[in-house]
Amino acid sequence: MCTDCGCGPSDHQHHHHHSPAEQNQGRIVRIEEDLLAKNNRLAAANRRLFREKGLLVFNLVSSPGSGKTTLLERTLSDLQHELHFAVLEGDQQTSNDADRIAATGVPAVQINTGSGCHLDAHMVGHGVEKFAALPLDILMIENVGNLVCPASFDLGEDAKIALLSVTEGEDKPLKYPDMFKAADVLLLTKIDLLPYLRFDIEQCKTFARQVNPHVRIFELSCQNGSGLAQWYDWLRQEMATKRCVARDDLR
Amino acid sequence: MHELGLTQHLVEIAEGAARANGATQVRSVKVEIGALAGVVPESVEFCFEACSRGTLLEGSRLEIVFIPGRGRCYDCQAECALDTYTVACPDCGGFSLERLQGEELRVVEMEVD
Repeated sequence: MCTDCGCGPSDHQHHHHHSPAEQNQGRIVRIEEDLLAKNNRLAAANRRLFREKGLLVFNLVSSPGSGKTTLLERTLSDLQHELHFAVLEGDQQTSNDADRIAATGVPAVQINTGSGCHLDAHMVGHGVEKFAALPLDILMIENVGNLVCPASFDLGEDAKIALLSVTEGEDKPLKYPDMFKAADVLLLTKIDLLPYLRFDIEQCKTFARQVNPHVRIFELSCQNGSGLAQWYDWLRQEMATKRCVARDDLR
Repeated sequence: MHELGLTQHLVEIAEGAARANGATQVRSVKVEIGALAGVVPESVEFCFEACSRGTLLEGSRLEIVFIPGRGRCYDCQAECALDTYTVACPDCGGFSLERLQGEELRVVEMEVD
């Protein structure tokens, strides 16, 4: 009996499981295509579109419950008088998060991925079509809460921003290194809770830099507002840089 | 978790190439997966049978070539194995390592009739 598939001797016309020695060799067709090539092509198209519009785009990634939506609510409420925002919300189900963002007055579109575990460049490309007529400065993409899969999918963003709340473990960067390696910025959130927790924030930062030596780290709390000023300054600086690039593009 | 979508895409790429080359059946398909690609080879194998059903790849053999990761230290230039992002340079202990190899995720070739 064939040890590959369990078929008997009479089944040996099956052409799939057996070594070339048993049968004629098939033709070899070279393919050489990257499995992420399609997503990367669409992400590049998104990036071109964002650049033409002078739009600054961030991809927010974290585990569920680390405070992405709360950070957005607070940031949009505080900065929407000086910057024009829009938000793409990714979740498997419900429009709860887009509803929370819309309550701040900022336009939001919910993308439901169904059983999908991440947003991809195709979903984002169609998601932003709904903002086409709006004059925007910053697009925030809130990815599906998941520390694994979103790391692999470029959406065309300027930077990935990872959130890690202090109610999680300080070793999260070591447990999920792909995500923390891919992030340009790390926001340590809910730091108002530190007095009640055994979370070693310096150890956490050391772990994050082991995985990603160049990651930029902010510590903040959306409840008591600590650290938000530095985060907002960084957003303003990034926007200023983006506007310089957009001016150079026009020349 | 995203292996299912990637495997579906792998089948689409291979079936498209098979049809473009006038093939009637795919016997085997070779894929390279790097240690740093964020993909579990066993999950791709698991998904492949379901994803290939009803396509020219149904019943074909999936050959996965695992590519180990290699890195080079930005500080001391030493090269080392790098199969996760938590590796320190064995020579100087630095964590700034350039990825030289291991991010591959490619459909390489297939054998067809």
